[in-house]
Amino acid sequence: MEATVAKTGTEGKTWGGGSAPLKASYGKMMMWFFIVSDSLTFAGFLASYGMSRFKFIDAWPIADEVFTHFPFLHGVEAPMYYVAFMTFILIFSSVTMVLAVDAGHKMQQSKVIFYLFLTIIGGLIFLSSQAWEWKTFIKGEYGAVETHGGQILQFLNKDGERVAIGDFADATAGPRVEQTKENGIWYERDADYQPSVSFEQVKTGFLANDNLLVRIPNKDENGHHIVLSREESIAKLVGDGNMIVEGANLRHNEYGHPLFADFFFFITGFHGFHVSIGVMLNCIIFFNVIIGTYERRGHYEMVEKVGLYWHFVDLVWVFVFTFFYLV
Amino acid sequence: MAHEQAHKLAIFRGTLKFKSNVSKIWGVFVVLSIVTIIEVALGILRPTFLVEHHFLALKLLYWIFIILTIFKAYYITWDFMHMRDETTGLRRAAVWTAVFLISYLVLLVLIEGDYIFEVYKHGFIKFNF
Repeated sequence: MEATVAKTGTEGKTWGGGSAPLKASYGKMMMWFFIVSDSLTFAGFLASYGMSRFKFIDAWPIADEVFTHFPFLHGVEAPMYYVAFMTFILIFSSVTMVLAVDAGHKMQQSKVIFYLFLTIIGGLIFLSSQAWEWKTFIKGEYGAVETHGGQILQFLNKDGERVAIGDFADATAGPRVEQTKENGIWYERDADYQPSVSFEQVKTGFLANDNLLVRIPNKDENGHHIVLSREESIAKLVGDGNMIVEGANLRHNEYGHPLFADFFFFITGFHGFHVSIGVMLNCIIFFNVIIGTYERRGHYEMVEKVGLYWHFVDLVWVFVFTFFYLV
Repeated sequence: MAHEQAHKLAIFRGTLKFKSNVSKIWGVFVVLSIVTIIEVALGILRPTFLVEHHFLALKLLYWIFIILTIFKAYYITWDFMHMRDETTGLRRAAVWTAVFLISYLVLLVLIEGDYIFEVYKHGFIKFNF
């Protein structure tokens, strides 16, 4: 373990790194270097999210209407609660981490083990929550129609409640037929993306049901999505409708602008990647603490350095939480 | 690090003092939790006044969210990441660099985004796009 004690032969000298004006060890300084540069990376992502949002400011999805699910509460509108729970998990695992660092300063091995264990559990709960959030987002709930211009048309009944396309689609109208090579002289492979109902079925079902209206992504001056009248709805759907979108992926997004889904996947994915790296680092130092590596080394600075990283992950989540779910 | 380091144990500019580092950690946790609960409550209620009034092209509600976020970020950095206990030089090197670069980037990029919105909306200014 001598390798961790930096002796450069310049102690006490002004040049060559001898004196340490910042009074921080090499490892801690480097962790701060990394954190500053990584925070700039995340700032770049969130700023480009902001740019795309300002670009389509009058048609951006409202987060409250996208993330409304809570596990085991099916059909209950619970905006924000789930992500608030995730935020608390992460803040709490930050607290246990800083308690582990504090116990490390006092050389209390068993306390460090206990708090690090709690931190790892918190990290795992957060990661699985995120996986569930992604699954719900990808699966979608109501489905929508995308126009030739890429606009998303969502369906409401006259009371203003969302209606799922599967509920009114007319299954007898135009079942989709898979083209085979034998059918024609020009053959294109079937698209990979296969919704559960076809556009023809949804169109027929919509025309047959007078109770249905179309909602477009564009917002009125109060920030609510505009609901078209029955005549406008029919004109819009029949004239512009192109394909069915269920859930969200990198190209299509039933909740609104596809860029919203792209940024959601990319930014929360990159953050989730950071969390999994953090859990991994926590596991490594957890086992090191158990086998007494830091006890023999005489200090628990490694716990402090990994702790810095873990708090940084929490810090990033605070901003992701604000800009994806609140604003 | 074997010796007990001296932590600065007061937050809110000295108005709230703690007896030990552990109790300070729990105190900061309570502060962060309260702020998060306020954020979530505002996010669910969306008070009409705060949604309808704007300041610098942003709803007042969004300004409140951003200010509360920076408030939380301050306490995570200062107390959980021990910035309060580091030397002034290290603190400024890390915080000022990030704050300056990020504000600059965000300002430029958001103005550009708004400009593109205007171009899309009023197609007639395509000439300098």
